Amino acid sequence: MAEILVLVEHSGDAVKKVSFELLTLARKFGEPAAVWTGPGADDGRERLAEFGAAKVYVAAGEEFDDYVVAPKAELLAALMADKSPAAVLVASTAEGREVAARLAVKTSSGLLTDAIDIGEGLVAEQSIFGGAIVVQSRVRSGTPIIAVRPNAITPETAPAAAEIEQVSVQISDAAKAAHVTERVVAERSDRPELTEASIVVSGGRGVGKAENMALIEELADLLGAAVGASRAVTDAGWYPHQFQVGQTGKMVSPQLYLAVGISGAIQHRAGMQTSKTIMVVNKDQEAPIFELADFGVVGDLFKVVPQMIEEIGKRAQS
Amino acid sequence: MNIVVCVKQVPDTASERTLSSADSTLDRDSADALINELDEYAIEEGLRLAEAHGGEVTILSMGPQRASESIRKALSMGADKAVHLLDDGLAGSDALQTSAAMAKVLGRIGFDLVILGSESTDARMGVLAAMLAERLGVPQMSFASKVEIDGTAISIHRLADYGYDKVEAALPAVVSVVEKINEPRYPSFKGIMAAKKKPVETLSLADAGIDPAEAGLAASATEVVSFARRPPRQAGTIVSDDGDGGVKAADYLVAQKFI
Repeated sequence: MAEILVLVEHSGDAVKKVSFELLTLARKFGEPAAVWTGPGADDGRERLAEFGAAKVYVAAGEEFDDYVVAPKAELLAALMADKSPAAVLVASTAEGREVAARLAVKTSSGLLTDAIDIGEGLVAEQSIFGGAIVVQSRVRSGTPIIAVRPNAITPETAPAAAEIEQVSVQISDAAKAAHVTERVVAERSDRPELTEASIVVSGGRGVGKAENMALIEELADLLGAAVGASRAVTDAGWYPHQFQVGQTGKMVSPQLYLAVGISGAIQHRAGMQTSKTIMVVNKDQEAPIFELADFGVVGDLFKVVPQMIEEIGKRAQS
Repeated sequence: MNIVVCVKQVPDTASERTLSSADSTLDRDSADALINELDEYAIEEGLRLAEAHGGEVTILSMGPQRASESIRKALSMGADKAVHLLDDGLAGSDALQTSAAMAKVLGRIGFDLVILGSESTDARMGVLAAMLAERLGVPQMSFASKVEIDGTAISIHRLADYGYDKVEAALPAVVSVVEKINEPRYPSFKGIMAAKKKPVETLSLADAGIDPAEAGLAASATEVVSFARRPPRQAGTIVSDDGDGGVKAADYLVAQKFI
């Protein structure tokens, strides 16, 4: 059975959830072979085994973190030449897509991004134009390279060997042209990552000012959710840019999306329309976000949200 | 410094966008067209860098005749000249082909710095900067929220989920920008008038030295098999807050097993 290469996203030895989703998907089409860059594989291996990785190709060099994207593409290109996989799967994150982009050029292979599922014949399903249209696409030259949207697939365990094979690849000087000299980590919260979270609570213009985002955070923490924001909020500087959900921000598809004080301009809907369940709190009953709502409350968020927080608190105790 | 800013004309995200039933490519006639929003930030950054370090800003756009409107807008913001890669044979090109065609033209016109928006609002792939860097063999300085040039050295802040990376390289380079980087200027009346006289060079596939057999839909490495309008979401339950909206919301969360 042909291999399906899966580029693992991890932070140290902690494997990101999207990698389990990719392994789950890969099992449908061949033997999943995880590709691990940098240190941490010995500890990360066990989790990969749990989700069905038959093999783990490990390239432990520091260059994968020290230079922008290009070394990972070189590694994958070398593995593609060596192992002739049936497909390569990466996470459709900014970095994942860029690795895939360079790999596609190197191997003259077609690239599909932001897949929300992959069906028979490696036909990828994509949701485009802000979720208005669902497209089935396929690659017709080279080896299909498909970037899959985080949180679109439910990861399922299927124990496998996850046999480690060390890979040594000489990374070219050309791939070391963009040098990462410092990693600046913004203040980290304990909240789940926005694109991986199963619940996202987002605040919009209705929140009114930066300090009020604390209310959104409080509700999010109670639900174990990630915090998002509409563009109005990030543009106004009320919340950091990287939490923006929408057309020019992150695409999210959590189990539950709770939009608070968000009117639902196309800009925003484009980033959250594929969420499984959508809840809305907004004082304007004409707001377009209500068209998407599975459950909506027309009301003042400064009354509704504190009451929600209190009620959820009560029920959590009982 | 020779700065080239890549500009794409896209359908307005506020209008109804769809694919053509004939060949599953973007239906460009169904929607209003405008400059890709993030490209305005790229233009602004190009202008600022040229103002600070001297040099010229050239707009490069690949697209149908109508894209000339977006090129004019870019020129009215202050760019010096433009190159329009225009050929029916390019229609339906995917990212791989687009990057090949753009790289060909960039190689021809020369550059110290290529600047792009980090993604377009229509395809949203966010791959062109990486593909161009790979094809041109120059440093990939993508997702920049800050760009600094010092002689032939370039450094950026590359936006990441955890914050940002400081990245350094030597020119020439390809840069893509995020909207955090600046506030694009509006064209002035003087700028709009001046733009009418600025040179726009139109290149065909043959002019650019691109093999027609490798361009366009027929040679694309990817294809749309089918597409359909997403069925509208089922209408949900909407309640008015009569003093118990928060309770009802919590009830719903319980019923749906979120708490």
